[in-house]
Amino acid sequence: MTAKSMLDKVWERHVVVPETHQTPAILYIDLHLIHEVTTPQAFSLLREKGIPVRRPDLTLATLDHSIPTRPELVAKGYEGMQPAAGKQVRQMVENCEEFGIPLRGPGNADQGIVHVIGPELGASQPGKTIVCGDSHTATHGALGALAFGIGTTEVGHVLATQCLLQRKPRSMGITIDGPLSPGVTAKDVVLFVISKIGVSGGTGHVIEYRGSTITGLSMDERMTICNMSIEAGARAGMVAPDQVTFDYLKGRPMAPAGEDWDKAVQQWKALASDPDARFDREVLIDAAEIPPMITFGTNPGAGIGIRREIPEPVGAASRKALEYMGLKPGRPLYGQPVDIVFIGSCTNSRLGDLQAAAEVVKGRKVKSGVRMLVVPGSNKIKLAAEELGLDRIFTDAGAEWHEAGCSMCLGMNGDIAAPGQYVVSTSNRNFEGRQGPGARTLLASPVTAAASAIAGAVADPRSFLTDGAA
Amino acid sequence: MHALKQIVSHTAVLPQADIDTDQIIPARYLTTTSRDGISEGLFYDWRFAADGTENADFVLNQAEYRDARVLVAGDNFGCGSSREHAPWALKDFGIDAVISTRFADIFSSNALKNGLLPIVVDKKAHEWLLDHPGARVRVDVEMATLTVDDGPSLHFEVEPFAQYCLVHGTDQLGFLMGKEEQIAAFEKARK
Repeated sequence: MTAKSMLDKVWERHVVVPETHQTPAILYIDLHLIHEVTTPQAFSLLREKGIPVRRPDLTLATLDHSIPTRPELVAKGYEGMQPAAGKQVRQMVENCEEFGIPLRGPGNADQGIVHVIGPELGASQPGKTIVCGDSHTATHGALGALAFGIGTTEVGHVLATQCLLQRKPRSMGITIDGPLSPGVTAKDVVLFVISKIGVSGGTGHVIEYRGSTITGLSMDERMTICNMSIEAGARAGMVAPDQVTFDYLKGRPMAPAGEDWDKAVQQWKALASDPDARFDREVLIDAAEIPPMITFGTNPGAGIGIRREIPEPVGAASRKALEYMGLKPGRPLYGQPVDIVFIGSCTNSRLGDLQAAAEVVKGRKVKSGVRMLVVPGSNKIKLAAEELGLDRIFTDAGAEWHEAGCSMCLGMNGDIAAPGQYVVSTSNRNFEGRQGPGARTLLASPVTAAASAIAGAVADPRSFLTDGAA
Repeated sequence: MHALKQIVSHTAVLPQADIDTDQIIPARYLTTTSRDGISEGLFYDWRFAADGTENADFVLNQAEYRDARVLVAGDNFGCGSSREHAPWALKDFGIDAVISTRFADIFSSNALKNGLLPIVVDKKAHEWLLDHPGARVRVDVEMATLTVDDGPSLHFEVEPFAQYCLVHGTDQLGFLMGKEEQIAAFEKARK
């Protein structure tokens, strides 16, 4: 019998009709996550054709992208939203009511960024197929699921049939071994990976992250890495489920319980790739090579070590990128003055991220003239952080403490930067205009972002994490 | 979906590599709940200056390229978000095909479901096309061929099912719903 990868195993268990030359496989979907931005046209089509949602029980709905997160705006309800966003949110509420889908909407204790609440509720589980009209669905692969982003037409397919037409992707193994250096986080690992393989290096592939560095990470950290798989072009990222995964899931509201739990764990343990499984492509990385990273260009592959000099541009695109960013080659980003620091997004808004940032900020002040936003990924994370007093650490330092949502990750909810402003951001994309027209995004880890807020310039987190060296 | 069998057009060229979906349509145009007028946001920050006037040097604002139905773009077109608004906006603007050396997976999948054909060509043909803006091209979707006046002619790869659906205007949802029996049996067997 041929050895199987984790992708092979999860894929095989969900094939309703096998792939042929003429037609893709029909793949069954275990969990469909939906939000307000990529679903309205799909619901309209269902309504027009009189088609019901086949499995509302396998559909998890929330609001995250277009809602405001500033507390004073959230308090105003629809009045606090931009008009088009308010209309979109209203439509989501109506669609969920009409089609019988429970919505974790405004005021709901479970509301939050779709890729944060899936795992948090225990709905995202090893071995599941998980889709969402959002490219960062790759996040859920951290639990050993096959999770990928789809378009709105496909959202309609899943709502109507709980299935998708898919060709099996190729597999890529990325093995990272060794301990991480001080000040180096999961975010730096994934920025390093993307800088190595490029923004299209993973196209057509599902990445499996392996090796001692990965197995040594917490669930929050693994989610950060899988989240950004799409920034390397990959459809999905996966990590084999292990004790870290099981400990994370146990007792969560939608996770199996009692006898079912024991049975589930037995099945989950069998999901890991067989020892001699072959990948279509393999990449090996030594963790010792990874420094704290930051991006200088307008795609997530443009990452360098924080003390390294910005490289000379090669070709028109990278010249245009540097021009947009207002940066010059031959100098490091370290010391570059910044206007805004954003800590949040489905990449870095979990409790572990907020704790790491708070550790840097504690007892210090955000540099005068710098705006710092801290936006928890979910209502539950917000509450947990407040119980630990993290909100006070941030607000005492002069940072804004927001309600849960996507916020400044993408400029569609009112949280935007002004043209020309530099934003050190823990989000996932530094595309032109991503955080508002003309905004200049520098992607980094929560500790680097927090250190930069204190310094008022791009800072090396290592000088903030050692005793008094700041 | 309307059938797409043949495209005859001159090309417009956007040579930049890694054109992401935030450039194709910025996030602030994503609060729409329909597809009506969605091309308003197409390449908005490149097409228009901050005061809302057209950038004369952007290719799709130039008279000879404005009505091109085929866009030749740099490597790795459509990377980034899963927003189907990107192919909707291109199609609504009048683009029927994009030619590049590589497309992001989700963009490609979305495009094919909306009568927008992503055509992958090799580096040599790509370079020729980038160097010859306005070239007259003929695309035969059923034969998967691209013929260029005074230039290269080639066969391109397109996923067979998507190709069939394009040529016949077949709705993939209808096809999937026709498999209800198998889907129900699969669900039952898993219980």
